[in-house]
Amino acid sequence: MITSQDLEGAIRTAFPDLHKVVIEDQSSGCGSKYAVIIVSDAFEGKATLAKHRLVNERLKEQITQMHAFSQKSYTVKQYEALSSNRV
Amino acid sequence: MFTKSGPRAAFRSLDSTPTRPYSSDLDSVLFFLLPSSSTPKMFRAITQAAALRPRSTIQTVSFARRHLSQEHREAIQKAVTSTPVVLFMKGTLDAPACGFSRAVVQMMDFHGVPSDKIKSYNVLADDELRNGIKEYSEWPTVPQVYVNGEFVGGCDIMMNMHQSGELEDMLVEKGIVPELIPEKEGDAAPSSSS
Repeated sequence: MITSQDLEGAIRTAFPDLHKVVIEDQSSGCGSKYAVIIVSDAFEGKATLAKHRLVNERLKEQITQMHAFSQKSYTVKQYEALSSNRV
Repeated sequence: MFTKSGPRAAFRSLDSTPTRPYSSDLDSVLFFLLPSSSTPKMFRAITQAAALRPRSTIQTVSFARRHLSQEHREAIQKAVTSTPVVLFMKGTLDAPACGFSRAVVQMMDFHGVPSDKIKSYNVLADDELRNGIKEYSEWPTVPQVYVNGEFVGGCDIMMNMHQSGELEDMLVEKGIVPELIPEKEGDAAPSSSS
């Protein structure tokens, strides 16, 4: 099983320029269902499909071990625009 | 950082849908094995799908994944081009067996994708397909949506596109749903004629 800490560690390793990461364990602790938000400029200039493919590729090892994985990936700029809209 | 209506809430809403047992979906195995009716459009769609797949040659460690046989690859290729919208999901259109699959079905329903333009394959009824489609699309999760033979994305991407309006634009552009003509004020057409 994958813990939130494992997943966070893997994301930090996979995205060295990580700006922000939010991990939500939706499995009530059994470690098989996660929703993550990844904010990194590694996504710069990429369309959504390409962003998701990048995450899928870099976290391949972790994703294959869990039941469900949901992601939102933003560049720093996109994330800030999103956050300011919500205030 | 997020308010209740933020991304977290969106994640959560997918969870609230109950899952159903999926023992009744075995007929989809036969469905998958049946040769699809080929159309002249098919060849072009296959080429597009092939062009879409990245040329990844790096062999990495894989878990529970076996090499996709040529035969199976061809079967999937046929499947993704059999109708304009093809959905690889858990369960069936009538009885989705997973919240993510259900969400995608509901989005298709919402946009009025006609039933003759959408076809679903139940990965729970076919283990070969379940593993094969992940390798074929180079995408680790189910559901997966293909439109005109091109991989569009999984649940997260569909949800994104749905919220931004891109999904509707794409479905209109690809001729899957008719364009909604906005009603002009003061120019309302009679809603019924006698």
